[in-house]
Amino acid sequence: MSTSTVLSLHRVRKSFGSEVVLCDIDLQVPEHTVTVLIGTSGSGKSTLLRCINLLERLDDGQVILDGEDITAIGVNPDHVRRRIGTVFQHFNLFPHLTVLDNITLAPRRVHRVPRRQAEDRAEALLTRFGLAGKAREYPDRLSGGQQQRVAILRAVATGPRLLLLDEVTSALDPVLVAEVLDLVSELRNEGMTMVVATHEMGFARRVADQVGFLRGGLLAELGPPEQVLTDPSTDHLRQFLGSLRAAGRL
Amino acid sequence: MSLTDPTTYLTSDLQRAREAAAQRASRRSILVAAASTVVVFGALTLLVTSSPGWPAFRRSFLSLTYAVTAFPLVLEGLLLNLRVMIIAALLIIVISTAIALARTTTSAVLFPIRMLATAYTDIFRGLPLLLVILVLGLGVPALELAHAPTSVVFYGGAALVLTYSAYVAEVLRAGIESIHPTQRMAARALGLSTTGTMRFVVLPQAVRRVTPALLNDLVSLQKDSGLISVLGAVDAIKAAQIVTAKSFNFTPYLVAGLLFVALTIPMTRFTDWLAARSARRQSQGGAM
Ligand SMILES: Nc1ncnc2c1ncn2[C@@H]1O[C@H](COP(=O)(O)OP(=O)(O)OP(=O)(O)O)[C@@H](O)[C@H]1O
Ligand SMILES: [Mg+2]
Repeated sequence: MSTSTVLSLHRVRKSFGSEVVLCDIDLQVPEHTVTVLIGTSGSGKSTLLRCINLLERLDDGQVILDGEDITAIGVNPDHVRRRIGTVFQHFNLFPHLTVLDNITLAPRRVHRVPRRQAEDRAEALLTRFGLAGKAREYPDRLSGGQQQRVAILRAVATGPRLLLLDEVTSALDPVLVAEVLDLVSELRNEGMTMVVATHEMGFARRVADQVGFLRGGLLAELGPPEQVLTDPSTDHLRQFLGSLRAAGRL
Repeated sequence: MSLTDPTTYLTSDLQRAREAAAQRASRRSILVAAASTVVVFGALTLLVTSSPGWPAFRRSFLSLTYAVTAFPLVLEGLLLNLRVMIIAALLIIVISTAIALARTTTSAVLFPIRMLATAYTDIFRGLPLLLVILVLGLGVPALELAHAPTSVVFYGGAALVLTYSAYVAEVLRAGIESIHPTQRMAARALGLSTTGTMRFVVLPQAVRRVTPALLNDLVSLQKDSGLISVLGAVDAIKAAQIVTAKSFNFTPYLVAGLLFVALTIPMTRFTDWLAARSARRQSQGGAM
């Protein structure tokens, strides 16, 4: 299925002060695959995602996007981010813009797509994902699940090569989680390449092509979900999965 | 017939008793308010009109004849106030936005500009407006520069612009800094540049947030435009002064005052309405 590698990380290192959050992370993300990152709170999942889209400056190492070293000197981060979509835990929709304007902002202002064309495309996306009636609403009139789905559509509206999702369901009520995860599954089926940080293990098992377990700044385990999630090779991961099971999240 | 059908629903006796009681209470409070208003205003009127100086006061401040004479002149002067106010407001918007942006950048290259902007706001927020008007209006012409404008209205307006830009820049800066950093992060993640992020995401939200404060400054500017009269510009106040100087009657001042208030009242009402609306909005948004 996969042919080329969309993203690869080489010895990525990042610390805050004296705390080494990421320590020599190596990771390959082939085209049309989903990589799921798991790990306890504070293990560096968000930091790793922010290093990938250059919202965070690396201390060392390289991030390669489609064969191009985007951490090289002289690369404009704004140009890199045009090719990467990002969705955050707290949606971060723009409250002063309607749903439609949220989605068309980047296509129009960054990619210079004509207004009509951008809006037609946004309307088509909204219709496909059951949000057709919400185009002219402001974000605060939407449920959390609807807001997060809009945030995801906003991220894919520019046709990114890679989509980064950072715990997109952890701010939502359990009943709203499913509608967001369904949208993500659908994007996966369309072949979107994704890196996803999540605490939803059922979801991880369903969509992941590979699962990485972050611990102590290291990618302690990396492999197919059936292996990593059911037959962990380290005690730490066994403990982590055990605690999730106890919390009813597995 | 169903319980959820509003047309067939019968209100309970308990609820009807509650509604009747609420109606009685509201009738009673209207009566109390009316009675106390009559008492307070009656007492005030009595106090003023029974004072020993009242007849003389009435003659020099409440003369209908002089009010009629002064009205067209003062009104014409007020048009100058309005013109100055509008042109100044437009310039203030441009200048204060530039200053607020300069003060909120973090780029190292712009350090000197940031420092200048800070010095500017510090100085002009500290200087009394009247002093700025006098220094510019009397001082600059005294330098006898070759191509300097000669109109006192120009210097008065310039003083208003300089002083108010400093205030408005601070209001805007507070607005910009109140926007949560995650909004910037979301914008940058979409590939927007720093400029694009400011223009499309941060500034629109900041301006919305401080609009009531900005309108407040506009009301204030409207009446401070009367200060240019100290330079001799014939605005509403100066016009009133001219009539007064000829007649030794102060009614024209009252006319000017009433006209200023008439001008600001719609603006203050609008400001209140806007503030109330944004408060309502905020409390709705707070639920998420
Ligand atoms: N901007 C920052 N400044 C200082 N320390 C930071 C910063 N961002 C993250 N950290 C630290 O880096 C570590 C990793 O944080 P990160 O947010 O990446 O964890 P996470 O795996 O995403 O956790 P969670 O599951 O709670 O989202 C934490 O110890 C955190 O305190
Ligand atoms: Mg996180």
